[in-house]
Amino acid sequence: MQKTVAFTLNGKKVSVEMEQSKTLLWVLRTHFELTGTKYGCGEGYCGACTVLIDNSAVRSCATTIGEVAGKSVVTIEGLADGDKLHPVQQAFVDHDALQCGYCTPGMIMNAVGLLNDISDPSREDIISGMEDNLCRCGAHNRILDAIEDAASAMKNSGN
Amino acid sequence: MDELKEYQEFINGSDFRSGLKRRDFMRLMGGGLFVFFHAGAVIEALASEGDQRRQLPDDFNAFLRIHEDGKVSCYTGKIEMGQGVVTGLAMMLADELDVAFESVLMVMGDTDLCPWDMGTFGSLSTRMFGPSMLAAAAKARTVLLEMASEELDVELDYLEVNEGVVFNRRNKSENISYQQLTEGKKIVRVLDKEAKVKDYSKYKIMGTPKMRVDSVEKVTGKAKYSGDLRMPGMLYARILRPPSHAAKLVSVDTSEAEKVEGVQIVKDNDLVAALHKDPEMAEKARQLFKANFEVEEEKDVNNSNVFSYLLDRAPNGNVNIDEGNLDSGRNESAIIFENEFHDGYVAHSPMEPHTAMAHFDGDKMTVYAGTQTPFPAQSNIARTLGMDEEKVRVIPPYLGGGFGGKSAHQQAVEAARLAKLTGKPVMVDWNREEEFFYDTFRPAAVVKINSGIDDDGKIKFWDYHVYYAGDRGGETMYNVPHQKRTVYGRGWTAPGVHPFPTGAWRGPGNSTNTFAREVQVDIMAAKAGMDPVEFRLKNLTDQRAIDVLEAVAEMADWKPAKSHSGRGYGVAIGADAGTYVAHIAKVDVDSKTGEVKVLKVWVAQEMGFCVNPQGATIQMEGCINMGMGYALKEVVDFEGGQVNTKNFDTYQIPRFSWIPEMETKILDRHTPPQGGGEPAIVCMGAVIANAIYDQTGARLLEMAMTPKRVLEALKKV
Repeated sequence: MQKTVAFTLNGKKVSVEMEQSKTLLWVLRTHFELTGTKYGCGEGYCGACTVLIDNSAVRSCATTIGEVAGKSVVTIEGLADGDKLHPVQQAFVDHDALQCGYCTPGMIMNAVGLLNDISDPSREDIISGMEDNLCRCGAHNRILDAIEDAASAMKNSGN
Repeated sequence: MDELKEYQEFINGSDFRSGLKRRDFMRLMGGGLFVFFHAGAVIEALASEGDQRRQLPDDFNAFLRIHEDGKVSCYTGKIEMGQGVVTGLAMMLADELDVAFESVLMVMGDTDLCPWDMGTFGSLSTRMFGPSMLAAAAKARTVLLEMASEELDVELDYLEVNEGVVFNRRNKSENISYQQLTEGKKIVRVLDKEAKVKDYSKYKIMGTPKMRVDSVEKVTGKAKYSGDLRMPGMLYARILRPPSHAAKLVSVDTSEAEKVEGVQIVKDNDLVAALHKDPEMAEKARQLFKANFEVEEEKDVNNSNVFSYLLDRAPNGNVNIDEGNLDSGRNESAIIFENEFHDGYVAHSPMEPHTAMAHFDGDKMTVYAGTQTPFPAQSNIARTLGMDEEKVRVIPPYLGGGFGGKSAHQQAVEAARLAKLTGKPVMVDWNREEEFFYDTFRPAAVVKINSGIDDDGKIKFWDYHVYYAGDRGGETMYNVPHQKRTVYGRGWTAPGVHPFPTGAWRGPGNSTNTFAREVQVDIMAAKAGMDPVEFRLKNLTDQRAIDVLEAVAEMADWKPAKSHSGRGYGVAIGADAGTYVAHIAKVDVDSKTGEVKVLKVWVAQEMGFCVNPQGATIQMEGCINMGMGYALKEVVDFEGGQVNTKNFDTYQIPRFSWIPEMETKILDRHTPPQGGGEPAIVCMGAVIANAIYDQTGARLLEMAMTPKRVLEALKKV
């Protein structure tokens, strides 16, 4: 049954009228044309579709639109402040922490969620927090370095 | 990024027609200086061997253009898939031409705008396309200098160029820019063989690390991959798939699927699809197809019998090298070794599954496709639809990884067929299960080696037989007086044998060949009671191989010891795409679980002149990383043509916790640039196998070296 779902998307209040069971990933990619959130596996194994829901990293392929009612959703498109990149985005650029870039939005959103949970993570915290985000090009060590740097940058700026 | 925006505007605003010949370019293009060039005879030779055979234009197959605004464009059929060639090629062009790196725009892979190219694979872009591009830039620079000499009335010998401005060395106020020289003119040159490029020591941009040019697009989610494109009225297609590669569609009942509101069903022979503007509704309709497939004859092969199955069906061998006399070699040997090595099927698994969006306007078919082979895709689409090639345009947006797997472009053909049948823009975006099912896996392969050493630890003979992997990386590498190499099957395909398509996988065949050779050499070194680095050096005369091996031993502070030493250090060398590599790995094997933890990998690489040390280093890291997968965990589960591996829950690609510390080094050379995207992956199996042996005494002769196989090998110690 179609119902209205109201939530906050990248800081703006939005509402959609659709089946509650629609998958958040596809609603973002089609209805909102926010295509930075990627399909990778469709079953929550790869993390390419990761977004923030109320500041926590969540797999949008395993989330229904009904579940985000009243919540705040942030996608990769909503992370930067205008032209100023989020510290995690900036650190990925500074470390060349990507190749094909397809897993990158999910990696970044997952890292932001991780840093929301643990502001001063150890290398091991980062590894275990990122473990279920897959990258085939092999940028892993650079991604870990980038997240470490972003964590210190955010701590220093009181972000 | 400005360049990308400009590229988009350029495409949208251009007045091109397809199937351009040089004269058409000249008619349609504005002013500037054009240099047309062939991308090398080697490329032509390779193209003629390919499946996608097509006459190369005798006219040209690439060109660069200096625009009237001073910007420089290079039009090439190569594509960017994460390997960073968009950066490396731009560096080469800017450096040879003496313009700012930022002024170079690479226009890549668009079949309407770019000259024909067979595809982006084999680490060919830098080593084969690169020299021709440098020569074209040198030609352009020469022409511009001649023009400047005339304009400024200064002898050529006194002219220098800096960032696109030609000036008199003795009086810098006498200067003129490339822009001023080309303004309002149309100057055309065809590259002759005489163009003289700079000496390597004169390059200023190349040889210095350059960061990726596409990062900001990619970290903000703005970079567009095929699946991110949208057109009004676009439908998502969900296509009926067979349960096995051996299955044929007999009948299908789509009546239930047709009841899904807003769905459009297409049935065109073997192509049955549900299309909907909402991808989830299209999927829902696909689930309602009631199909009847018939399996005529399933091949009797699965994970447990694959190697005997393959050997039973081995095609005739071709002898690729036969030197000395094997019998003499046997007589000269004190110890003889005979081993059989196995390597299983491996998936490409790019994070982006195959995706294409096609749009037919009644006359022209445009297909945006994530493909390594836009021009062969154009030919295939044209042939399938019965259209002229010039009526088909393929445009590759960003690719979310390729690794050889996106040389196949079935999804582009599917999208084009559906767009023509429906008259609407159609998105074909495979799900992960489809990606595994249709992947052209790295072929399972067998290598048999019979070899011998004398009392002094010198290899006396080497009788090498490789089945199904092809000959890439099959070279003996070591100095062996009596040797023979027999190759069964050509390259990475063996029609009618494998139960599903196989294809080129990063460094095709080489990882299999290097695994076999370097483990065999390690076995001989151990039996001879020699340190494995010392044994290799004793048997090497190829200076490039010696250089990388000595370099990596120094990096790792190698302490010679007879293996197995209990320390867990392994070594391997390899060569691929004109580049030499040597690896050392330190592992820790859990003897209870069979899990292998790779703690550190050192790699030394000699790749001739290194265009972009940053890009090359990242490729080496990526190779170490990806190589961990095929070495330790990646196993395709199958039963005949039925692929049971469907997602990442069972197919394990490298994760953060597996990744070792890495130390890489590129040797400084002023010889022609060689390939960089693949070489460092080829040693990963052998270096890990040899390190496992060094710690435990267990010999792994089959990849992937899963915990189960490690435990089995440990039992034999």
